[in-house]
Parts: sequence; C-alpha cells; structure tokens
Amino acid sequence: MSEIDFLSWVRGPGFQIAVIIFIAGVIIRFAEILFLGRKTNLAEAKGSEMSSGLRTIVTRSIPDRSTFKRSTFTVVAGYIFHIGLFVTIFLFAPHILMFKDVIGFGWPSLPTQVVDAFAVVTIIALLAVLGHRMRNTVLKFLTTTEDYIVWLLTILPLITGYIAFHRIGMTPTTLLAIHILSVELLLVAFPFTKLMHAFTVVLARWYNGAISGYRGVES
Amino acid sequence: MSASLDKGISVLKEQVDSTVASFFSSCVHCGMCADACLFYTETDDPARTPINKTEPLRRIWKSEYTLLGRIGKMFGLTAKIDEELLTEWETLVYDSCTLCGRCSMVCPVGNDIALMIRKTREGMAAAGHAPEGLIGATTRAVTIGSPMGVKLPALMAQIKHVEKDTGMTIPLDVVGAEYMLLLSSMEIMNFPEFIEATAKIFNKAGVSWTISTEAFEATNSGIQIGVSDIAAELVQRIVDAAEKLKVKTVISPECGHAYMAIRWEGPNLVGKPFNFKVRHILEVLDEFRKDGRLKITGKEEQRLTYHDPCQISRRGGVIDQPRNLINMFSDNFVEMPDHGKMNWCCGAGGGVSSNERADEIRLKVFQRKKDQLDEIKPDAIISACSNCRIHLEDGLEEYHMDIPLMSLTETLAEHLAD
Repeated sequence: MSEIDFLSWVRGPGFQIAVIIFIAGVIIRFAEILFLGRKTNLAEAKGSEMSSGLRTIVTRSIPDRSTFKRSTFTVVAGYIFHIGLFVTIFLFAPHILMFKDVIGFGWPSLPTQVVDAFAVVTIIALLAVLGHRMRNTVLKFLTTTEDYIVWLLTILPLITGYIAFHRIGMTPTTLLAIHILSVELLLVAFPFTKLMHAFTVVLARWYNGAISGYRGVES
Repeated sequence: MSASLDKGISVLKEQVDSTVASFFSSCVHCGMCADACLFYTETDDPARTPINKTEPLRRIWKSEYTLLGRIGKMFGLTAKIDEELLTEWETLVYDSCTLCGRCSMVCPVGNDIALMIRKTREGMAAAGHAPEGLIGATTRAVTIGSPMGVKLPALMAQIKHVEKDTGMTIPLDVVGAEYMLLLSSMEIMNFPEFIEATAKIFNKAGVSWTISTEAFEATNSGIQIGVSDIAAELVQRIVDAAEKLKVKTVISPECGHAYMAIRWEGPNLVGKPFNFKVRHILEVLDEFRKDGRLKITGKEEQRLTYHDPCQISRRGGVIDQPRNLINMFSDNFVEMPDHGKMNWCCGAGGGVSSNERADEIRLKVFQRKKDQLDEIKPDAIISACSNCRIHLEDGLEEYHMDIPLMSLTETLAEHLAD
C-alpha cells in the first residue's frame, strides 16, 4: 500500500468505520445505563432534584478548598490536560475545517502557534499524570491495564499531530495518515473504556446533585 | 457456588440501577476519593480508597450490564465474584467505611460512592459476609426491638426516673398528639437526660407530643448491615405506631443513621409515602425557635464547636438548624475547618461502632477528628448524635484530650427560661 492509499483509507473507509463504532457505541452505552432506570423516591422532598442536579453538573468542576489542598496535583494537572485537549481538538484551524466538512458548520479557531503551545503543554501534563499514576500509592493500587491503554490512546493523537504539524521524520502524507489513524483508534475505544466519562460525567453529576438536593444539601 | 454466594450475587444484581451504572461508567481512577476518606488519610492503606470498596458491585455491573463485560463473560475474561473476594472485602465495606459520604462530595465525576458502598453491603450481607457484631445487633433489633437489647421495661424505668426527678409527666401512647418522639437505645441507656430535656422543651413550647410504647426505637440496624427486608420491617413498626396514634410528625432523635433510616430511606423501604411527616429533633427545635416558642436565658461562655453527624448534615440536610440553635445560647461558637457538609466523620457511624472487629481502626482514624479539634481548641463539643457522642468521648480519652461532649437538645433545655 502506497502512502497515498494509506491516507485515502484512513480518510475514507477507516474514518467511517471509526465514527460509526464511536456513535453506535456511545448510544449503546447510554441505552445500557438509562434503560436500567431508577425507583421514584417516595420520601418527602426537601429540595428540587432537577435544579440541584443541574447545579452539581457545573459546581463539581470546582473542588472545595480542603480537597484542592489534598489533591492539588490531580486537580491542576487534570485541568491543564482537559483544557489542552479541548483547545487542540476543537480550536485548531485544520480540525475545524474537518468538522465543517463532516457536520456542515465550523467556528472560529485559535492561531496555530497558540494551539501548538497548548499541544506541548498538554503532552507534558499527560506525561506528568502518567508519572504520578506510576508513583502515587493510591493510583498505583487503582490503576488497571485499561488506564494505561486509555492514556496511550489519548496522548498518541497529540504526539502524532505535533509531529505531523512540524513535519518531523517522514513525509507529510504518511505523518497525516498516522495522525488520523491514531484518532480513529481513540474513537473506537472511546465508548468501551473510561473515556466514556466525557459523556457520562453529566449523568453521574446530575444524579449526585439530585440525590443530595432532594435531601436539601448542595453537593 | 454456595447458596449464599448465589443469593449475594442476585442481590447485587438488584442493586444496579441507572445511578450505579452512570457512576461506574464515569470513574477515571483519579484517586481523589482516597483523600476524602479518613480511613485512608489516617492509615495510608490504598485498599481503603472508597471506590475500591465497591469492587464486588462493580464486577456485577460490568459482567451483567455492559456489552463488553457480557462478551468478556462468555469467554471467561470478565472478573467474577467468589467467596475469597467477599471475605477480603468484608473488612473494607464494613470496618473501613462509615457511609459518611464525604467521598461522594469530592468525586470530580460526581459518583455517590457512599451510596455504592451502601448497595454493596446489601450483597455482602445476603452472601453471609456481614460482621458478627452487626448481625447480633440486627438480630436483637428484630427479635427484641432494639439493637442493644433494650426492652420496654427499661424505657419505663428511665421514664419513671425522669418523672420523679422533674415532676413532669411523659405522655405515652397519646392518640392525636402532634409529635411522636422516637429514641435510640443509646439515649435510653446512656443519655436518659435527652428524654428529660425534650420533655422540658416540648412542655415549655406548649405542643402535644407522645412516645409510643409499641415503637420507640429509632435506630435501624437493617440499613447499617444492608438488609432491606429487615430495615423495612423496623420502619414498618414505626409507621404502624404513628398511624395508630394518628400523629402529625414523627421525630427522629439525636442519632444520625436513625434519621437516614426513617426520613430518607423509610418510605422507599416500605414502598409507600408516609401519611405523617418525619423531622429530626433539631429541625423541630429550629421551628420552635422561628415561632418564638423558645425563650432562652444565660449564655455559654466557653468556646463551643459543633460536630456535624454525617447522616444528619451531609447526608440528611440538617446543617443550618443546629447553628441557629447554638447561637441562641452561645456567643463563642467556633467552626471546625471542614465543617457542615464537608465535616469529617467521627469514625464510628454506619455500623462501625457495633462491630467490635473495627474497634482498633475506629480509634486510629479518630486522629482526623483530633487534628480538626487541635486547630480550634474548643472548650466543649456539641453534637446531635448519641453514637458520635459515645465515640467522640472514646476517642478523646484515647488521645488524652480533655474536652467535654454536650448534646444540643440537652444544652438548649438547660438554657430555657422559666
């Protein structure tokens, strides 16, 4: 297979397969969760489930002071790589062109040099997160193979994207093809791993807020 | 597979609902719940990380309710539950968790981990993996009516004492009373002053109230051990008595999990809404305050702090009321760092105090409370849970700290104007 064939495949059938698995997978996972349902609470309510649930979706992004003090690294590094991922995925001009191509509309981008800097910082943050995971007693204990696979799948598009943008080593065609392939791997794994938290976090936080809010506590 | 393991697994399956599935789907293994749990912070044992305690439930969710897990199960790749796992997890689920719910407030993806552990206990108990102490307490609650084996004659003897000492009459089985007061065994046996204090306040406030001789026990070992059938039976006794006496409000006493059991889990356990209200004693007292029914005289001059019982504050929603009440008789009230909904558990709730096997660890993790207290150095601690109170006294003694414990209701009663 020539590098042109490779690029055509990852841009064509490969991309379609990945997107279909991603979308179908996410729908299946949501169905799995929501069809389980939950019992109506029969206790007299002290607060609203809906508004408390919605509030917690937002407020849980900000830890209380004592939690921040105890988990500073996790919070700071977590914030950096999540924002970095958002910027590199959604605010990079070529990505927006791709989105426009697929979904029909685009949005303003950040200058490429800025996105490039974000990419570097995000890669460093993810490396730090990995180091922390391998050294911290609790994280070492909790970590499974899936955690490492997910970490790798998350950092690969960043690294391949960075290399492709700076045209290091191979031809631009091959580099771009490798980058797209790495994103496709991420998309395929997404619904079936903890990456799914990007969506289910809304449900989990809503439930947490609703359960607490029903009892009159802001959580 | 043994019959009890089979039963445990089927009970665990029943526990999985959309909340549990969203929670497990969202966990990213960040480890922040460990830092929120005194059983981890004071022991540095990573196995005590809150989310790890839910492992039996997680395995059931994964293998039964996810596509990948079900496929994995067909090929024998999905982790199973066996006796060995449950034996290992018994001490994590019962001895190293008070269901205090601090982890549920901290988890960045919003997992209500305490709820997940509460549900895990249902399966553990069904599989025969509950601690002896809790099994004993639960058996006594069902057969005798009290986890401590307190029978009606014991209550009557205490009531007689109170009546003799004060000249008041404690109203028993009064049909049509506005309030029906429940008591915890701990109050009946160790703190009968609570009965006296409540009687004094209610009489002064001029409200009609009663104690049922058929259902006076507020505690519910069923929710601590995690056997919903038993918990429901204990709740039903109270419902029957409240309906028989046609009371408007049932009052949960100074006991954390009793409030959780009757106020929040109660109607769900018996499967229908109550036709009476349930209020914590502090909610009732704060209502009295708002209505101007409490006339207070004299102030406590010592430096006071309030220990929030987890099931009353964080899990129960009674946070402002104790502070409103304390401010009536104190100008020298000081909050602990991390108070209110973020307070640290005393270390003995959720059945830990009934479980002798956990005696050592509950005193070890008291170090967290000690650190909190050391920062503000109060002259006395007020609380509103007899179980917290007993354990705080135990912990303070263990750590050679000389700080008296006070009940909020009792202290308030002492300051009632004549």
